[in-house]
Amino acid sequence: MASAKELKQILSGPILNNNPIALQVLGVCSALAVTSKLETAFVMTIALTAVTALSNLFISMLRNQIPSSVRIIVQMTIIASLVIVVDQFLQAYAYDISKQLSVFVGLIITNCIVMGRAEAYAMKTPPMMSFMDGIGNGLGYGAILMSVSFVRELFGNGSLFGIEILSKISDGGWYQPNGLLLLPPSAFFLIGALIWIIRTIKPDQVEAKG
Amino acid sequence: MASNKDSFGRTLFVVVGLCFICSVLVSATAVLLRPIQIENKLLDKQKYILEAAGLLNPKAAPLAKAEVLAIYNKFVVAKLVDLKTGAWVEGKADLFDADKEARDVKNSFRPKNDIASVKRVANTAVVYVVNDEQGKLKTLILPIKGYGLWSTMYAFLAVDPDVNTIQSLVYYSFTGSGETPGLGGEVQNPKWMEKWHGKKLYDDKGQLAISVTKIPSVASSIHGIDALSGATLTSNGVQYSLEFWLGEEGFAHFIEKFRNGGLS
Repeated sequence: MASAKELKQILSGPILNNNPIALQVLGVCSALAVTSKLETAFVMTIALTAVTALSNLFISMLRNQIPSSVRIIVQMTIIASLVIVVDQFLQAYAYDISKQLSVFVGLIITNCIVMGRAEAYAMKTPPMMSFMDGIGNGLGYGAILMSVSFVRELFGNGSLFGIEILSKISDGGWYQPNGLLLLPPSAFFLIGALIWIIRTIKPDQVEAKG
Repeated sequence: MASNKDSFGRTLFVVVGLCFICSVLVSATAVLLRPIQIENKLLDKQKYILEAAGLLNPKAAPLAKAEVLAIYNKFVVAKLVDLKTGAWVEGKADLFDADKEARDVKNSFRPKNDIASVKRVANTAVVYVVNDEQGKLKTLILPIKGYGLWSTMYAFLAVDPDVNTIQSLVYYSFTGSGETPGLGGEVQNPKWMEKWHGKKLYDDKGQLAISVTKIPSVASSIHGIDALSGATLTSNGVQYSLEFWLGEEGFAHFIEKFRNGGLS
């Protein structure tokens, strides 16, 4: 059984040191699409964390049973089932948000983070640690999503979680929103800037040239 | 162990077992949550109906479920109409699903002049009758649909009791608009939707004259709506949807009967 310190390391590692988006550069596609508002980014984070953690848990529990010839398909089946379950729950209990997330919840199936962690970690590691690794990676993904959508919603729409912070000119205020930030390409610049900042602070994350 | 778990029989066992467990899990969730999801969809539809009737401000803070239902039940009555005769028919109008009905060959027909690409139309349709505080008829809401560029677009057309003056045309979708965001997706733009307010569907001779057009002189007339720029096919889809649903195979018989006072 892993010690508490080790578990903490597994949980917090992916947030800054081994971030799935910033270091592994996985899952960028959905990060562009759902970050125009904090609310959708938040729900997407929860959905992805739930799927990654549970798929890691189940795959790890079955890791000694899964035949290696069909292991990717077995992983996909587990992930796909979990995604459908999460999607059904969102449609039942968070209908408006599930409408905004539209296809992106379904696309968690193809999200590289989930597959990547299942194949690279859960296939070799006991369930408890795999579960924690799933939560950690979900939170790491969420940390980037939330920072990007914080900037996009605040400067693109003058609000945070739908609550007005900067009053827009169109509503009689003073703030001229930056329309670019509401469009997906802006997330590219923001994620790029975040990767730059993280790698300036932690130069060991820079890939070797060669 | 390694050779054992990779044997043919073992592989088959694991795969079949897993598929079985996963399918039970997925179907159980879908079946158990279905009633709540249907309720959500119905509520969402009712919100759009209230928006079309001008009873709900889409910009204001979202109302709780009970409040939406309270307004809806107070002012709106859903009624079923036989499209061929134009007469009211009995039935559960609130739960009526026109798309589901249209798939049933017995209860639907294939339109001869299918300009809006609706493929099949149910014999009956829902009309939402909206009354004011005094119980006097204020608005008629006709559901219409038609193909745009990528997808079938659904809308509620709200008209005055003369079935001529438009109050609003509200496009809605349950899964996010299928039209191109920023171009055809602008059918849901409040500024464009405002343009419909007060326009007349028919000219003095009673001919359908509403026109989604690029020609400025027509667009500024009482029958014209400025088409969406960069979205010709979506705009055409809106035009054809209106022409189809107000035409012979749409609500024409109902509208005629309604105007002549044959319905109460």
